[in-house]
Amino acid sequence: MALDVATVRKDFPIYEARKPFVFLDSAASSQKPRAVIDAMTAYYETSHANVHRGVYGLAEEATALYEGARARVARFVNAPQAKEILFSKNVTESLNLVAQSWGRAHLGPGDAIVLTEMEHHANIVPWQILQAQIGFEIRWIPVTPDGKLDLSDLDRLLDGAKLLSFTGVSNVLGTINPVRQLTDAAHAAGALAVVDGAQYTPHVATDVQALGADLFAFTGHKMLGPTGIGVLWGNEALLESMPPFLGGGGMIRDVRKDGFLPDELPHKFEAGTPPIAEAVGLAVACDELDRYDMGEVRAHEVAVTGYALDTLRERFAGDVVVHGPADPASRGGVLSFTFKDLHPHDVTQVLDEHGVCVRAGHHCAKPLMRCLEVGAVVRASFYIYNDEADVDALADALQRCAEFFG
Amino acid sequence: MAGLEDLYREIILDHYRNPRNRGELEAPPAHRVEGFNPLCGDEIVVYLEVGDDGRIADIKIGGQGCSISQSSASMMSAAVKGKTVAEARELTRAFKALMTIHESRLDGGGDGSGTDTPTPDPEVKLGDLEALQGVVKFPVRIKCATLSWNTLSQGLDEAAADATA
Ligand SMILES: Cc1ncc(COP(=O)(O)O)c(C=O)c1O
Repeated sequence: MALDVATVRKDFPIYEARKPFVFLDSAASSQKPRAVIDAMTAYYETSHANVHRGVYGLAEEATALYEGARARVARFVNAPQAKEILFSKNVTESLNLVAQSWGRAHLGPGDAIVLTEMEHHANIVPWQILQAQIGFEIRWIPVTPDGKLDLSDLDRLLDGAKLLSFTGVSNVLGTINPVRQLTDAAHAAGALAVVDGAQYTPHVATDVQALGADLFAFTGHKMLGPTGIGVLWGNEALLESMPPFLGGGGMIRDVRKDGFLPDELPHKFEAGTPPIAEAVGLAVACDELDRYDMGEVRAHEVAVTGYALDTLRERFAGDVVVHGPADPASRGGVLSFTFKDLHPHDVTQVLDEHGVCVRAGHHCAKPLMRCLEVGAVVRASFYIYNDEADVDALADALQRCAEFFG
Repeated sequence: MAGLEDLYREIILDHYRNPRNRGELEAPPAHRVEGFNPLCGDEIVVYLEVGDDGRIADIKIGGQGCSISQSSASMMSAAVKGKTVAEARELTRAFKALMTIHESRLDGGGDGSGTDTPTPDPEVKLGDLEALQGVVKFPVRIKCATLSWNTLSQGLDEAAADATA
């Protein structure tokens, strides 16, 4: 059954607290349903203790909730085993883990890795930090004028490369990348395939096995979950072979003055007290998304994005330049655009005055901005609680903006 | 709530639509300094020529930005051109004092430019620049207004270092 936005909004307390509320910035962070908030509150009110430490009943209960959350998240992305799900603080930390653990162990001068020009800084800078530390080549898959990856030279770019790391969905262009084709190409070239799923998992049903990635990272706060928790999935053998990233309590089997023995998966990669309440919240976010049904979530976004593309074209013609693929079916619910010759900061300031929350800036993708030859763009992004009326409010506010700066 | 008119005063929009001192200077002899607003990716370029008499003989502004950063840069260039380096620094301090109270509250101290917290000098006349005062009601935009001034400060430092070298 198609999503009914009015019903969905009843699940989100912020729609009760703020009226009117035209929130078009879920690509930055989604709003939180009451079920998630309540689960975290209930955890703190009735079940909190540190995990994997105490033998008393309460500590066991907290541990069971935390490990139960891991199993729930594993099920959400069809991971074969719960212990292959590593909790981090966000997708940025997950990708830093990949670079500093796998990358440091496998890369050196003379090696090459492949990224794409549409990456978020989270999938660029960790590699550049490592590059400065140990030296290797970074190659870039270019972006076509219509905002897709230019795969015409993929074989040459992958030739001799040890790793391909790319975003599943662009946070600027909305482009949904051909994940399976890319992971297959990486494997054919003998390279590891890493996917930044930050914009993918909240919007497209995610099956890490079918996608063929070796490592798949995503972040809780963009998929109805709380801030402060991210995920990295990898298959057991690969994760076993990787050295620890952060060191400290909770990740060791033994420590002596002359060294340490790391703990088993997943604890080896979870140093320090983990985000326990956040894991509990993320598990409920998975329940909620499954209840809405990921197929419906996606269908809803395609419908709203299509309406937005049509509306902006009809009402503003060439004054609005939308970046990324023209076909709503090949893009996520992200719409980046420039409006006349107005600076995105000025546009969003006026939009805010009319109650419309959109984002302006480089969206942590400066290399892509340079490819598009723009300094900044306005970005509106849609999720399950947005509808056509939100799009109309956006268009009305743009009209006012044109008048204001006229 | 602060309205848009507090932010976008007529004089600001005028400098935005008709920016003063837009262009480039040959560097060297001029100093070319780039400033970045990490928030939105705006980039500003200040070209600065300091004469033997210690005056700012010429200044040009390049780069791109929003109406606030562009108009602030335009007003800044008009305000410091022909002034001595010491006077330009005085103006910078006064302008940043206009912006600082709120800025430091946002960041927990300083504005990231590495200069000391400026103290306002009642003697310094800001003139048109006071139109930017409304920006403090929109804290995220303060960085837009101070970008060109921070870049100017850097240019003045470079010019001073050059003069003593
Ligand atoms: C594609 C992509 N990767 C990475 C990130 C970083 O996410 P986080 O800040 O949760 O680490 C984001 C979102 O900001 C994103 O859109």
